[in-house]
Amino acid sequence: MLLQYANVLIFMALAAIVATAMLAISRMLQPRNPNPVKAQPYECGELPFGHSWVQFNIRFYVIALIFIIFDVEVAMLYPWGVIFRKLGTIAFVEAFVFIVILLAGLAYLWVEGDLEWVREYRTAEEEKRAREEEREAA
Amino acid sequence: MDSAVAFLTSKIPFLASLPFWVVAFLVMLVVALVILGFALTYEGIATYIERKVAADIQVRIGPNRVGPNGWFQFIADGVKLLMKEDLIPAKADKFLFVLAPYLVFVGSFAAFVVVPFGISLIAADLNIGVYYVMAVTSLVVIGILLAGWGSNNKWALLGGMRAAAQIVSYEVPVGMALLPAVILAGSLSLQEIIRSQGGYLGIFGWNIFHNPFTFFSFFLYFTAALAETNRTPFDIPEAESELVAGYHVEYSGIRFAFFFMAEYGDMFVVCALAAALYLGGWQVPFVDVSGLSPLLANLLSLGVFLAKVIALILVMMWVRWTLPRLRVDQLMRMSWKYLVPLTFVNVLGVSVWVLAFDGKGIPALVMSLLGR
Repeated sequence: MLLQYANVLIFMALAAIVATAMLAISRMLQPRNPNPVKAQPYECGELPFGHSWVQFNIRFYVIALIFIIFDVEVAMLYPWGVIFRKLGTIAFVEAFVFIVILLAGLAYLWVEGDLEWVREYRTAEEEKRAREEEREAA
Repeated sequence: MDSAVAFLTSKIPFLASLPFWVVAFLVMLVVALVILGFALTYEGIATYIERKVAADIQVRIGPNRVGPNGWFQFIADGVKLLMKEDLIPAKADKFLFVLAPYLVFVGSFAAFVVVPFGISLIAADLNIGVYYVMAVTSLVVIGILLAGWGSNNKWALLGGMRAAAQIVSYEVPVGMALLPAVILAGSLSLQEIIRSQGGYLGIFGWNIFHNPFTFFSFFLYFTAALAETNRTPFDIPEAESELVAGYHVEYSGIRFAFFFMAEYGDMFVVCALAAALYLGGWQVPFVDVSGLSPLLANLLSLGVFLAKVIALILVMMWVRWTLPRLRVDQLMRMSWKYLVPLTFVNVLGVSVWVLAFDGKGIPALVMSLLGR
């Protein structure tokens, strides 16, 4: 059984070796005319300005956080799926509770608006002011 | 594996004198080389077919200069890419820039280990097959993110970030949409899952016809898989009309080709999974392949499997040249608000069905009503 996993290593090693070999062949065949303009980042012909290593937008972190929760869940459900037919009803009840808890989490995210791609992110102070305004309006 | 080694050592006396692991290693190496050769050839031909399909849909001729009908276009393209100057931008993070194509290429090729080409044509029938494919194809995300970051280019960074967010979002529905087939077969091994779809029912033994929930699961999986492979209508990360080419804008020559080959390799793996889990894999309808002689059975099952996979790949191309691209917010809404809840409901539905009907599908129930 364990020997089968050697296949995985061989496949990965072979792919890496072949990729290196192709790069080596390409290096022998290709022309080399270095030029400072060629080595500039491509910005549609404009002169590049500034640095491109900017901070990520916060919504990518939100997506990553949601993803981790649900991916762990998928990872948990796979072993359950394999033995589901042997265990029967009790396994279904357990998975049902598990999935409902996570769906509740998804519903919470949905209501909070974290699933919207276009949304405003307010600073703590703006949030406070908005709450006060709401209270006054009420 | 063991049987192949035993067969070889019985035929060639020289090999019998070697220890077992040496022979096993040689067998594995040959298998890996054959599959790598197949993958590279397929990726080349797929680019040609994609251009021809695009041309047909847009009522033009497409490539027709190299060889009869342009059949050798992909060889010309390959040679051209090998002979192009390989540029690395001066301000790029060199290590990450060079590492990224390797990760993408290795990740996409490693998934071929568990692709079940035929009744006994599989490099290794891992007992965690489906799970393994999901794990290995995730390597591609890291490669794409590194490519976007390492290029030190604004287009590339935007493309890389979008690609990471998108692939990560669609990984959840992909995983959940594959689960019904796993529940029905009670195994993660692809060969086990395919074997469970055989029998006297013919094409109605396939998981897609098992019950309404698995029928939906197939389409949910196919949609999510389109997004996983960054294909149109989900090709936001590449989006040539707004991001130029996204994460691989700074790559040229053979390094660009690695990204390209990985995309087509991923398409094959995704379609192979769809065919194996829902469309009966290498099962030949109404013919029990395991009863035939090994050579005939393998050839027949290989042909049937490739036909199914190629049909699905053609559907992917058809979709690409028919539908317009989604916006980023539509893409995220599609995944989290529609696909994720729907796949959850599907999984629960399939498990209720299995409990209620003791694992029998609609076709089997109908047959038992008819007295079979």
